[in-house]
Amino acid sequence: MDLSIRNVSKAFEQFPALRDVSLDIRSGELVALLGPSGSGKTTLLRLIAGLERPTRGAIFFGGEDASRRSVQERNVGFVFQHYALFRHMTVADNIAFGLRVRPAATRPSDREIRRRASELLDLVQLTGLERRYPHQLSGGQRQRVALARALAIEPQVLLLDEPFGALDAQVRRELRRWLREIHDATGHTSLFVTHDQEEALELADRVVVMSEGRIEQVGTADEVYDRPTSPFVYGFIGDSSTLAARAEHGTIWLDDRATGLKADGAPDGQGSLYFRPHDITLVDGCGGCIAGIVSAVRRVAGNRRVELAVGGGRERVEIELPADQPVALGGRIAFRPTKWRFYSDAAAAAETAEAVPPAYALTGS
Amino acid sequence: MSLVLAAPRWRWRRPSVLPGFGLTLGFALVYLSLIVLIPLAGVVWRSASLGWPQFWAIATDERTVQALKISFGASLVAASVNVVFGVIVAWVLVRYRFPGRRIVDAAVDLPFALPTAVAGIALTAIYAPNGWIGAPLVALGFKVAFTPVGIVIALVFIGLPFVVRTVQPVMEEIDREVEEVAATLGARRWQTISRVLLPGLAPSILTGFALAFARAVGEYGSVIFIAGNIPYVSEIAPLLIVIRLEEYDYPAATAIAAVMLAISFVMLLVINLVQAWSRRRFGYGA
Amino acid sequence: MALDIDAPAATVPLRPTTETPLARGILIAVALAFLAFFLFLPLVIVFVEAFRRGAGVFLAALAEPETLAAIRLTLLVAAISVPCNLVFGVAAAWAIAKFEFKGKAFLTTLIDLPFSVSPVIAGLVYVLLFGAGSALGPWLKSHGIEILFAVPGIVLATIFVTFPFVARELIPLMQEQGTGDEEAAIALGASGWQTFWYVTLPNIKWGLLYGVLLCNARAMGEFGAVSVVSGHVRGLTNTMPLQVEILYNEYNFVAAFAVASLLALLALVTLVLKTILEMRYGHAIAGAAAPH
Repeated sequence: MDLSIRNVSKAFEQFPALRDVSLDIRSGELVALLGPSGSGKTTLLRLIAGLERPTRGAIFFGGEDASRRSVQERNVGFVFQHYALFRHMTVADNIAFGLRVRPAATRPSDREIRRRASELLDLVQLTGLERRYPHQLSGGQRQRVALARALAIEPQVLLLDEPFGALDAQVRRELRRWLREIHDATGHTSLFVTHDQEEALELADRVVVMSEGRIEQVGTADEVYDRPTSPFVYGFIGDSSTLAARAEHGTIWLDDRATGLKADGAPDGQGSLYFRPHDITLVDGCGGCIAGIVSAVRRVAGNRRVELAVGGGRERVEIELPADQPVALGGRIAFRPTKWRFYSDAAAAAETAEAVPPAYALTGS
Repeated sequence: MSLVLAAPRWRWRRPSVLPGFGLTLGFALVYLSLIVLIPLAGVVWRSASLGWPQFWAIATDERTVQALKISFGASLVAASVNVVFGVIVAWVLVRYRFPGRRIVDAAVDLPFALPTAVAGIALTAIYAPNGWIGAPLVALGFKVAFTPVGIVIALVFIGLPFVVRTVQPVMEEIDREVEEVAATLGARRWQTISRVLLPGLAPSILTGFALAFARAVGEYGSVIFIAGNIPYVSEIAPLLIVIRLEEYDYPAATAIAAVMLAISFVMLLVINLVQAWSRRRFGYGA
Repeated sequence: MALDIDAPAATVPLRPTTETPLARGILIAVALAFLAFFLFLPLVIVFVEAFRRGAGVFLAALAEPETLAAIRLTLLVAAISVPCNLVFGVAAAWAIAKFEFKGKAFLTTLIDLPFSVSPVIAGLVYVLLFGAGSALGPWLKSHGIEILFAVPGIVLATIFVTFPFVARELIPLMQEQGTGDEEAAIALGASGWQTFWYVTLPNIKWGLLYGVLLCNARAMGEFGAVSVVSGHVRGLTNTMPLQVEILYNEYNFVAAFAVASLLALLALVTLVLKTILEMRYGHAIAGAAAPH
């Protein structure tokens, strides 16, 4: 089932939770909605489910406008962070619920319902627990039941709101892999909300990065990580270092020093330079480099994180060096980013003024 | 040096630095015994000293049996009425916002606070054949006051807060996501209510019912005014105890009291079992 | 989480977690009608009947010596029984909430026992204990001690029916508060009394007041138990509720409702104070919503 969200806005009281969001999801895709809390990702999920109604805009299921369809008619599977299991029902009854409440005309026979429930229990690897009550299960098991319950109605779309948020780290990793397997096996169009970028990048076909009620970028893990279209995405996904910089005559400058990075086509003026701490190379001397004084050194796994005071100590950036590289506190280090992006302030201002995507951005490599 | 392993010794009290345990527990036990336990034991002792044949004769006396039937029957009906309306009242108070909601919420406790005799004469005045509601009802052919229906009315009044106050806090704790998930699974609103919400509330509803029932069975003050107290028809068991006492027929009064006490304790046991069962099975009580 | 939104237009589906406006309206109407018939009307009619012949007759009815005696007796009984149960409640709660010992749950159940006993039986137990047919009866009589059909019996019966109020309010409250504060005070060198007085009491004062309030309302309004032990001696052993019954049975309705209106007023004041306590100090009154 293709899913199309068109110019959807949602305001609670006066607070805008979503601002003019458009998004297309292809049938069978597994998409992550990623963003900090308050970015509107859960609201978007609830709008798709029909648990909220949009203030403006429309949501299409296949070719059909779903706005007039109630939650019950949308046939979406929804999985909540805290499972929302029916605690007075056994596991089997929980899973069978969606089939049992169907009108008599479309309701499968009791035998068929039982068969389907036990089939789903096998799928979520909880065979033998059908007679348990939710409080007798672990968190991970409960979330599997919640997923089986959502799958039982053969949903057109599967929506998961922070499905692993309440679980501890190890169970979380395990369930993540397992969700991917289930998705590949069943082929449901699926959307899940998360604030965990690792989860989003690892699991999803495409990642939708959201901030303050807007979609910042939609893309594969590689796209959002390697070619972030906005400073927000660059900063939100993965580690990054940033420096206030200036584009002039096709070169990027820090104060009055040329960095040696080309800014072909960027309008002259202030902006920000972003790079990943590990995408750098050390340079001798400094004919076009970024130089700074080592202000702190931390050992991180196989590498060394070095904090540099740049530009007379006004700014601090982190770079990552091999652990065997000798670094002395107070020493001077010169480097040049190997991959980087420059976001011009002028373009960003234009974006906020007119809400036109995306910011003017330059990429180097 | 030898290592001494002390076996965990059975202790009836965990040690504490706080003082006053002996004093307060001792006082509480003495007071409890003097006021409640010894007098109550008197009933048991007295009825035991009756001997089984005499006890059985009184307990199965036609008038006694009728009075017990009326007490328990009317209490059953009243507690059922309270379950239906109590759940509706609790739902309305928890879920809807309307002017005067807080006052209504506070007013639910009126039957706890209003002396039963006052409730009795007030309800009688309303439902008497010349009362505000009694008159129109009589015109329609219904007689309420001075019939068993009057007893039920009084028992509904005194039992009302029990169901509301046991169900209300549990309703407040209902997780909205559970209702939302039911809707996404295709359940209509009435299906969500009947299959998800009400079964979840069942333990608390059952507890409220049992509390209202237990209170109604023993009720005296609010009933005797409105009941008419016609032997075999509208005479409740507590009233029969009073009548036997006034006749100085202590054995009869004691026997009826013993039967009622026994049934009350069974009710208390049932309430506790329901709670324990619910906690064990579903992981939550009422 | 879910914010309320105005009722949607007819074509747009409803929010999934509420009923249609019509169903909502019907439920509210049913609830309010039920409460109006069963709570509001009885309360109103007490005052209507009391003032049926005007304020003069109302006041004259209250000024009857027997009625004044009943009011005095009711106040006296409450003044004795409430403090007794207050002291018991605090002692029992201290022992149960601050210490761990075997049989605690059973003791708690026993304290609640009087709530499951019919008031008439509460009266009966004292008749059996002190009456003519009992072992104590003749001895009491020969020593000229009157308990039954006299004030001591009324007080005892009242204590019985109001027995659990303070204790069952304080026990959950003090359990919730734990023993940390008291242990700290003892560690700082305070004596047991000082600890109770300066640490425990300030923590439980609103809960205590709440329990006393409910205890007092029941003590002043108790009918069944008192009726059995009082002997109905006019002007001597009639409390206000008993006076209401006597006047009512004599068809002196205005006087009966006049006395009843005072008791109804007491109930209203109790409800108002209770609601204020719950609203302002709800956190300091554990189990405020529990029945009884």
